[in-house]
Amino acid sequence: MAQTTDKKISANNHFAEEWVGRIYSTLCVLVLVTTIVAMVYFVASRGLSTFFKNDVNVLDLLTGLKWSPEGQPPLFGALPFIFGSFSTSMLAALIAAPLSFCAAVFMIEITPRFGRKYLQPVIELLAGIPSVVYGFIGLSVIVPFFRDVFPGQGVGIAAGALVLSIMILPTMTTVATDALASLPSGLKEGSYALGATRWQTIYRVVLPTTLPSLMTGVVLGLARAFGEALAVQMVIGNAPFVPRGLFESASTLTSAITLSMGNTVSGSAHNNALWSLALILMVMTFIFVFIVRWLEKRSKL
Amino acid sequence: MMKPKTVDKIATAVIIGVAGLIVLVLAGLLGFILVRGLGHLSFDFLTSPPESIRAGGGIGPQLFNSLFLLVLTMIITVPLGIGAGIYMSEYAKANKITDFIRLVVEVLSSFPSIVVGLFGLLLLVNYFGLGFSLFAGALALTIFNLPLMVRITEQGLKSVPREQKEAALALGLTKWKTITSIMLPIALPIIVSGTILAAGRVFGEAAALLFTAGMSSPRLNFSDWNPLSPVSPLNPFRPAETLAVHIWKINSEGLAPDAAEIAAGASAVLVITVLLFNLLARWLGRFMHRKFTAMK
Amino acid sequence: MKKTVTLIMAIVLTFTLAACGKNTNNGGNASTPPATNSASTEPTTEPTPEPKKLEGSILATGSSALQPLVDQASKAFMDANSGVTIQVQGGGSGTGLTQVSEGQSDIGNSDVYAEEKLDADKAGELVDHQVAVVAMAAVVNPKVNVDTLTKQQLIDIFTGKVTNWKDLGGDDQKIVIINRPSSSGTRATFEKYALGTKTDDLQGSIQEDSSGTVRKIIGETPGAIGYLALSYLDDSVKTLAYDGVAANEENVANGTYPVWAYEHMYTKGEPNEVAKAFLDYMMTDEVQDGAVVELGYIPAKKMQITRDIEGNITKK
Repeated sequence: MAQTTDKKISANNHFAEEWVGRIYSTLCVLVLVTTIVAMVYFVASRGLSTFFKNDVNVLDLLTGLKWSPEGQPPLFGALPFIFGSFSTSMLAALIAAPLSFCAAVFMIEITPRFGRKYLQPVIELLAGIPSVVYGFIGLSVIVPFFRDVFPGQGVGIAAGALVLSIMILPTMTTVATDALASLPSGLKEGSYALGATRWQTIYRVVLPTTLPSLMTGVVLGLARAFGEALAVQMVIGNAPFVPRGLFESASTLTSAITLSMGNTVSGSAHNNALWSLALILMVMTFIFVFIVRWLEKRSKL
Repeated sequence: MMKPKTVDKIATAVIIGVAGLIVLVLAGLLGFILVRGLGHLSFDFLTSPPESIRAGGGIGPQLFNSLFLLVLTMIITVPLGIGAGIYMSEYAKANKITDFIRLVVEVLSSFPSIVVGLFGLLLLVNYFGLGFSLFAGALALTIFNLPLMVRITEQGLKSVPREQKEAALALGLTKWKTITSIMLPIALPIIVSGTILAAGRVFGEAAALLFTAGMSSPRLNFSDWNPLSPVSPLNPFRPAETLAVHIWKINSEGLAPDAAEIAAGASAVLVITVLLFNLLARWLGRFMHRKFTAMK
Repeated sequence: MKKTVTLIMAIVLTFTLAACGKNTNNGGNASTPPATNSASTEPTTEPTPEPKKLEGSILATGSSALQPLVDQASKAFMDANSGVTIQVQGGGSGTGLTQVSEGQSDIGNSDVYAEEKLDADKAGELVDHQVAVVAMAAVVNPKVNVDTLTKQQLIDIFTGKVTNWKDLGGDDQKIVIINRPSSSGTRATFEKYALGTKTDDLQGSIQEDSSGTVRKIIGETPGAIGYLALSYLDDSVKTLAYDGVAANEENVANGTYPVWAYEHMYTKGEPNEVAKAFLDYMMTDEVQDGAVVELGYIPAKKMQITRDIEGNITKK
């Protein structure tokens, strides 16, 4: 009798414990979901008030070329920032993509031992260097170098893209390395057995099969470059115009926000417009994530 | 038309060259930071408070703030992240809601830090009245770290051999018990090294903290360890300037005559710390792995 | 509605944090933040006035240009009054004005008049305390061999009419403008008193918000021109005279050099006891002759003239 109650109690305990665990882990997920819902709600409510309260036309904001929020009348054309963000991050991805592919090939195909042991930690270290330090180095080394070598003041999309490309290199390399490593070895061996050289194998077999995964890495890097703020702001020049060249002062969404957010008072049209820029950044994050998902689905096929 | 062999050699050379270039860039970066900064490092520099106009200021409070903020963030992130990771890998059913949560995790992990900072300013600092404080900063950093932790936990749990998990379940252990006492210990090396790497990233974050933890450090009394006292270093509701934010501030507004050297020195400290984090993560991961596999 | 939503979210957040804390090994640690969280939902600033000893804590937020001065003064003030804690935050004039107007800060530091940023009714609630004067000077790269510019020449430069130093008596060198963002208080002052007109941003100009970066870029870029507060001037840049008048304390004080602005510390309504004591302390000789001068500002009491928000000047 006593034994059965004991058993019952312990069964109850088990049952309770299971439920505590279940509820706990569910709550943790709820926090996660609440956070993002709150974030989307708040940024959207601020960002959209530009259109509802300050009567700025959405199209004007997205396609307008002139950004002069303190002018008479105030103009909120954010196209220069959007253009700047896209061109810097895409250029950065363009520079970093071949580099990261080469690094991944080096680590997986050429010297797996040495590469994994030395190159990988080195590249992971790059990820750990704070963006402030990157910006400072960009301002102290890259900008003066560009100023001496190319026409212009050294600041601009080129300088921003170069700094960003180093920053996103680790993300892209990690994804590329994982993709190459997960390739079934039969594929490569088959290619070698047919008499193909290593490069032919890489170029004809490895690259096409891993392309969707590699693209995932590129998009992830692109997303990171798109959202980077301080490092870019220090080297890009921040003139609110679509630049006429790679070496002319330009702006990105993030640099416009960091530059003016502290100077404007909450609720003013200028401040709301900056929140709209943040909203654009957020929407872009969603778009990047959807592209990544789409690519991942393709790589599974 | 070149011979395939020649092409292969050229391609190999190019790839090795690029790999070498990456190493060179990193060596250059580290060299630049360390050469400029190391000369300025001293015990005094690491412990004394900063000066706003006179030369000779240190980074003591900033270094402490960075570490304390890290601890605070981890205290919030680790239980939450592991909990959510367990849910995602063990409890979640394959349905639309799980898909949605996975999307949330992905979006959260690539959110621009500046947007997180602004969100923190709006909601945590202003709306909830936390003010510029360590706690607000830690919550903002949690937003970054949480998706990482979730992913790391999931990875760790997935690496547990299925037989082990099924054996535990077959013995009549509840799922929760199986997870906490069988699977988590096995996954621990991966979780720990992942956590430390994530911590390194927290250490260098500045953009989000500018708007949440603030840009100044009140006078700290390092003999007052009562967390509720406003001058206590342990008070989580005081504003706190971290090392990365301090570098940003003195680079942009520094009035002290030796601002450039302080920035260089602080950068060196920051990079060395991140380096230590990386090494620690590797070492600890390997150490625990060896320990757990030896136990078998 | 909005409030309710956030309240619910806050409760959910606190609850889950607490719940998560309890169920893990390090429960003791994790449950601390939420517990203290609920206690501090009210702003940290509840000075409990005691008749004898000054006690309490105040928060001053805003202008990054004014931050070093307030910071420096607050340290000395806290040394003298051990019961007082003053926290000084940067964040920009806009943040300072927003926070003081919404009651999150006790003092809002600003480079500009509140009326220029806030709505009239909100600005009306704020009380202005002018603690110092900051003067700005046009500065150029040291290699530019021009020593003085007239108002018209400056207008021509900053509106893009003149693009080469040779048109201003210098070498054949392209002019590179290092401006501030249009939201900046420093730019507002410079445009109002040096140029007398608002200018548009120019294509190809560089914009930086922080004085340190502006100085660094001007010092390194050939043909660069920008403007800095006097406290930031050093040998890496060359200071220009304005209409032949040198930018120095004496000329600002006697009214011959016009490019200057008051540094404001705003309180919402009349300041509380601690804030008032601190603001009074800001005006004492100890600060005005000490930190103010040391940091390159001009003491408010030295000014022989006063200027109102419209720019009307009256002799003291």
